[in-house]
Amino acid sequence: MSNRFLALLDQSEGAPIIADGGMGTMLMAAGLLFGDPPEQWNVLPERCATVRAVHRGYLDAGAQIILTNSFGGSPFRLKLHNLHEQTFELNEAAAALARAEAGATAVVAGSIGPSGELFEPMGQLTYAAAVEGFAAQVAGLAAGGADVLWVETMSDLQEVQAAVEGARRAAPALPIVATLTFDTRGFTMMGVSPAQAVAALGELGLAAIGGNCGNGPDEIEAVVFGMARAGASIPLVAKSNAGMPQVVQGRAVYSGTPPVMAEYARRVRALGATIIGACCGSTPEHVYAMAQALREQPPLDPALIELAAPVAERAEGRARARRERR
Amino acid sequence: MDFSDLSDDELFQTMQDDLYDGMKAEVFAQTQEALRRGFSPQEILDQGLVAGMEIVGNDFRDGILFVPEVLLAANAMKAGMELLRPLLVNTGAEQIGKMVIGTVKGDIHDIGKNLVAMMMEGAGFEVINLGVNNDADSFLKAIREHQPDIIGMSALLTTTMPYMQVVIQALKDEGMRDAIYVMVGGAPLTEAFAHEIGADAYGRDAAVSVEIAKKYMSRRRGQRVAA
Repeated sequence: MSNRFLALLDQSEGAPIIADGGMGTMLMAAGLLFGDPPEQWNVLPERCATVRAVHRGYLDAGAQIILTNSFGGSPFRLKLHNLHEQTFELNEAAAALARAEAGATAVVAGSIGPSGELFEPMGQLTYAAAVEGFAAQVAGLAAGGADVLWVETMSDLQEVQAAVEGARRAAPALPIVATLTFDTRGFTMMGVSPAQAVAALGELGLAAIGGNCGNGPDEIEAVVFGMARAGASIPLVAKSNAGMPQVVQGRAVYSGTPPVMAEYARRVRALGATIIGACCGSTPEHVYAMAQALREQPPLDPALIELAAPVAERAEGRARARRERR
Repeated sequence: MDFSDLSDDELFQTMQDDLYDGMKAEVFAQTQEALRRGFSPQEILDQGLVAGMEIVGNDFRDGILFVPEVLLAANAMKAGMELLRPLLVNTGAEQIGKMVIGTVKGDIHDIGKNLVAMMMEGAGFEVINLGVNNDADSFLKAIREHQPDIIGMSALLTTTMPYMQVVIQALKDEGMRDAIYVMVGGAPLTEAFAHEIGADAYGRDAAVSVEIAKKYMSRRRGQRVAA
């Protein structure tokens, strides 16, 4: 059985693949209110057209991969809105809405965000419960027609592993992509460096890995560079936020304009990314500019790219460093 | 677990080390041992637990430790605090300060906010943690009830962070703004944002937040003495 995502990777023969941009910020712009769960819009008759319109916008802008409106669709997140009993339904609808717009060729990626909980012993979440929760979400995404499962914005390698195991349990045939957010001085919040991510995720049999969200293009460029340098043997994903938000008259405005994001696309491409998209704060306009730049402008010479942020590397023997300091 | 063969200095040094390494049972036993030797709860807090958490906080700030290590250290600290808290209340030891903290309306993220709460407790503050999704009324009610020195607001989403301004406005409307120090934090925030919405301080991370809060409290005590 052929898989749309694997076929796309195959056919592109190393050429860049365009992924979409932010969903949440688009829905906010369309009237999603403080605290309302975006996933609920997937099943609201008067709202699901808006979700489809966001997908349509990104496809028209040139996206070859679109992510479903299911970032907070794990039962852990839905529970906070008392919607966890609709986990299957909300995720199935998320995938079906994307599928309806994607047609025969574009790839529907089932978005799976973090649980928002901490694993034992730091928090309450057990590995088994995490696997079960993610499996419940994936069952819906697969039923709705997702081509690939897209684990994103992760910070804890154990949680990625649980999501992957849950995905395999519920949808063994679907390929899996995982991206982390390296927003703490180039590490994830839990202290994972790009090189560590390559080493740990390399063992999970994923179709692609990378970085998403975070503090904007500078950060992701260093992540892609760090992952490539660490010898990643699978395609790398870059989905950067459109810069950092600034508040103008009570609304968040992102600093990354379409030209800024177009330049970012060329730079991460040169640094080793294959799948290139955007995240929070981006719009179809950004993705269009990125797609144009990648298709029509000459590739940059990686040797001439100066990284604006350092590549994070975990110091060996932290405890030792501490004792030496004393 | 027997720490009776350690000198007093070694005992506090080991307590700090074990707290740093998140060793809960050890820190509990060392706190017991220090009490047995006749140290006051305040001395144990200052020389053992708070001193240990300060090293944790500095290393977190400097990128040597990350969230997992800090949480485990905070848990170890809590184990010691369980023994000390009732004694501290009995001896009437003065809190360094009191803080009400919560994630703002519409936002259900709490890892970073809880980290700040734990580090603040680690520094000796009393912390009232309101959890997630707090509207202005929830903050106002908690402030009336607990009379804190500091209010801390957290948001992870660009869509929810503007709500902080709503809370600050509510404080002004109720005439409570001047009596309380407003700190804000969360991934998408910046110093400029904190300034724009009229907060008193931006806590870039948990360690920095604790430093700011401590500085504010010492300024405030200074003013009180001067008055």
